[in-house]
Amino acid sequence: MKTAITSKGNGTSAQFDLRFGRAAWFCVIDDETGNTEFFENDCANLSGGAGIKASEKMAELGVAKVISGDFGPKAKEYLNKFNIQMVILSNDSSSIETIISKLKG
Amino acid sequence: MPRRRRHRRIVAPPGFQGYKPYGTVGESAEHISLFYEEYEAIKLADYDLLKHEEACELMGVSRATFARIYESARRKIASALVETREIKTVFGNAVLDNDWLFCHNCSAKFTMPSNLTEQKCPVCKSDKIDFLNKLKI
Repeated sequence: MKTAITSKGNGTSAQFDLRFGRAAWFCVIDDETGNTEFFENDCANLSGGAGIKASEKMAELGVAKVISGDFGPKAKEYLNKFNIQMVILSNDSSSIETIISKLKG
Repeated sequence: MPRRRRHRRIVAPPGFQGYKPYGTVGESAEHISLFYEEYEAIKLADYDLLKHEEACELMGVSRATFARIYESARRKIASALVETREIKTVFGNAVLDNDWLFCHNCSAKFTMPSNLTEQKCPVCKSDKIDFLNKLKI
């Protein structure tokens, strides 16, 4: 199973991004191998529809779970349609590393 | 151009479509439209007895905006009572939010898609989870 985390930069030491559609990067973790991959969000600066585009990208990458700070109404609708689990974490200061270690328990 | 209105998150729509006065003389004036978010504000503040700070977070608006919604709800209900007018509920600026869960262990909020059977928190694997709309703070 793959998990996506919204990130402000390219690398596991980067800060967690609280936005979903306009997040700078997406960090995709494979639960089985533990590998992380980073994808730049090309739709971060669109004037509209960023949430939909980002949701479609998640479905394309085969992600089953998305961790972010908040989801817009359109992103929620699309992620629900694709059966992707949404997780909201509201502590803004943590880095991608700490979230990954939390996930591993 | 005015700033766009944010959606107000509500947990469940009201269980009625309206209220009608009875035993009135003559024809009553036009009905009053009570928004879903105004019903939700009354419910959170006066039925669930939440503080405005807690209630505004649940609805995803600022505390001042919550106070404005709450005040407009009270005024609408008062004028309906005094002027014997019918109350009808309309959608307003609300967005329904009934499928979110909350983890008591790590305070993460999450959804549970229908293809997942395991009822556990996706972050800390705790089973102390609850529906956000059933949560009593």
